[in-house]
Amino acid sequence: MKRKLTMIQAITEATDQKLADDSRIMLLGEDIGVNGGVFRATEDLIHKYGPDRVVDTPLAEAGIIGAAIGLAMNGKIPVVEIQFLAFIYPGFEQIVSHAARMRYRTRGQYHVPMVIRTPYGAGIRGPELHSESVETFFAHVPGLKVVAPSTPYDAKGLLIAAMEDPDPVIFLEPTKLYRAFKQEVPEEMYRVPIGKAKVVQEGSDVSIFAWGAMLRVAEDAAKQIERENGLSCEIIDLRTLYPLDRDTIIASVKKTGRAVVVHEAHKTAGLGAEIISIINDEALIYMKAPVKRITGFDVPVPQFSIEDDYLPTTERVKDGIMETATF
Amino acid sequence: MSSLYQVLSPTGELVGDLKGQLDEATMIKMYENMVLVRQFDRKSINLQRQGRMGTYAPFEGQEASQVGSAMALTPGDWLFPTYRDHAAAIVHGQTMARVFLYWMGHMEGSISPKHLHIMPPCVPIATQMVHAVGTAWASKLQSEKHVSIAYFGDGASSEGDFHEALNFAGVFQTPTIFFCQNNGFAISVPFSQQSASKTIAQRSAAYDIPGIRIDGNDIFAVWLTMKEAMQRALEGKGPTLIEAVTFRYGAHTTADDPKKYRDQESLSEEWRQERDPLQRVRVYLENQGLWNETKEADLIARVNEQIDAALVEAESYPKSKPEDMFKHVYAEPSWMATEQESELVKPSKQEGIPA
Ligand SMILES: Cc1ncc(C[n+]2csc(CCOP(=O)(O)OP(=O)(O)O)c2C)c(N)n1
Repeated sequence: MKRKLTMIQAITEATDQKLADDSRIMLLGEDIGVNGGVFRATEDLIHKYGPDRVVDTPLAEAGIIGAAIGLAMNGKIPVVEIQFLAFIYPGFEQIVSHAARMRYRTRGQYHVPMVIRTPYGAGIRGPELHSESVETFFAHVPGLKVVAPSTPYDAKGLLIAAMEDPDPVIFLEPTKLYRAFKQEVPEEMYRVPIGKAKVVQEGSDVSIFAWGAMLRVAEDAAKQIERENGLSCEIIDLRTLYPLDRDTIIASVKKTGRAVVVHEAHKTAGLGAEIISIINDEALIYMKAPVKRITGFDVPVPQFSIEDDYLPTTERVKDGIMETATF
Repeated sequence: MSSLYQVLSPTGELVGDLKGQLDEATMIKMYENMVLVRQFDRKSINLQRQGRMGTYAPFEGQEASQVGSAMALTPGDWLFPTYRDHAAAIVHGQTMARVFLYWMGHMEGSISPKHLHIMPPCVPIATQMVHAVGTAWASKLQSEKHVSIAYFGDGASSEGDFHEALNFAGVFQTPTIFFCQNNGFAISVPFSQQSASKTIAQRSAAYDIPGIRIDGNDIFAVWLTMKEAMQRALEGKGPTLIEAVTFRYGAHTTADDPKKYRDQESLSEEWRQERDPLQRVRVYLENQGLWNETKEADLIARVNEQIDAALVEAESYPKSKPEDMFKHVYAEPSWMATEQESELVKPSKQEGIPA
């Protein structure tokens, strides 16, 4: 009875099960109905639940997200799909000025239980503006939760948790991993708690923090380093980018005394800086070396002829690990 | 409802007035340009299939709209294309080699010849429309006799930026031409589900600017409408919204499969048979004794040669270097980016970092 699913299949299954489970759930987005979404995350759901619950909207992100806020305030649980992360910008105003602040502004009288799902990240040879990794924009805004799964199992469990969360959740799906591999995913509904990181691999010499597609790069680098230099790496998948799982981060660096953060977002003011701050605040005296960041650069994600050079590579991560290890 | 301005019927008969403006040489040029861009489009799809190009957005079926509108422009005019408007860009003077380069994943593919104002293909929907208001506004303030044209699709008319652009252009009476190619679909969503408006042209009424709905497969109608809009703009009478009703035969992009949401084959076949923009001009020219099989064969050979030459040029363009990504982000790079660049070029292998 071991079923293996891709991340996209896990996302479809989570959505399907919640649609069946809770009549308040409705999906909104461009091309999500008849077409099943450009990545097929909502494939066939319109046939199962009808066009009132799986809604092909006009091409208007402010309209979609703004209307979803109203729907959420009045008894529905909208799950919005934005086609690519960079196309969220027309709806950014609605997210930061309204979805994030409604509970605060109404002193808890209204809240906005909604999920905004969107593919993000590079490595797919997409055209301009199809490969952004700007999670910081959202992690920076009080009132939003930000989630980024790296496996099919987590994608299903986190998405169900997101759909049951009373606050707006930005759900970032690493495009590169949609169909990259399959994993065993339970058939029943289960939850992966928002706000909890996962220790993917225990280790004693260096902690590596990553999320989304970068987790695979971190794992690769750790495996090679272990073989080549005998270093034991602890790998942590943050899974939730806001709120961060401080306890897991601190427990790990107290053990290893060394840390590397890997993210594909631009370096400056990326989440790596926040993780380093947390380590400084809570565990500075345990550290044997400065924390190293291996990130994308402070440049627009380049077009695909040099896209791979933008992304952290296994080599770069290995260099980073060795730098902290030999400090 | 929604009558279409038409000059040349699908069967190649003149049903409207040429207004003494369209001469034979221009008509022949129109046809030649449409053949060129159609061959270019087909070549691009093949290159994508061979893995020599990335995802590509085809426009076959929309040649009259793009070619006719761009041919009406003069070199100083500003052109704001989307990811589907390479035909308009090429006709306005963008080199085919650059268009190939762009789809091969090089930012250098966005560079246009210096004397022309051709903007890079706009990927976010409708956002370029407000820029076309701005450049036109500046032209007006600087007393330059130039218009700005923004291309966009029917889906784009749902975005806020569409409405803001029309409103600004109306308020400031900017010489902007809003050129919508209504190809009936925004990826999978048909216009009937995009909007409750019957037409896009009628939206102009809300902003009190002229709006006209035309047969977008009739290049004569497109060109004459453009000329009129340009004249109005240059006389200081403000913007125009043009809705060119057309169709794209192929998929939204080479990464999309339209079979899921429309009866692809038969709809395309129907438009091809009944409304093809090239066919009607060819029939008209033949009836006028201006075109024949020999000319056709010559033309095809000529354009294929040009396209092949452009491809050779694009494919022999120097490979991008990783450090190229740091260029042109700022006038002067920050120390942060400079440090990152040196890290990229020479991965640091030294033991220990300075205190
Ligand atoms: C702001 C934004 N949202 C979504 C997308 C994804 N997208 C790309 S093309 C497209 C459909 C556009 O339809 P239309 O404006 O009719 O132009 P067409 O492609 O038919 O020429 C969509 C939804 C985008 N590029 N930008």
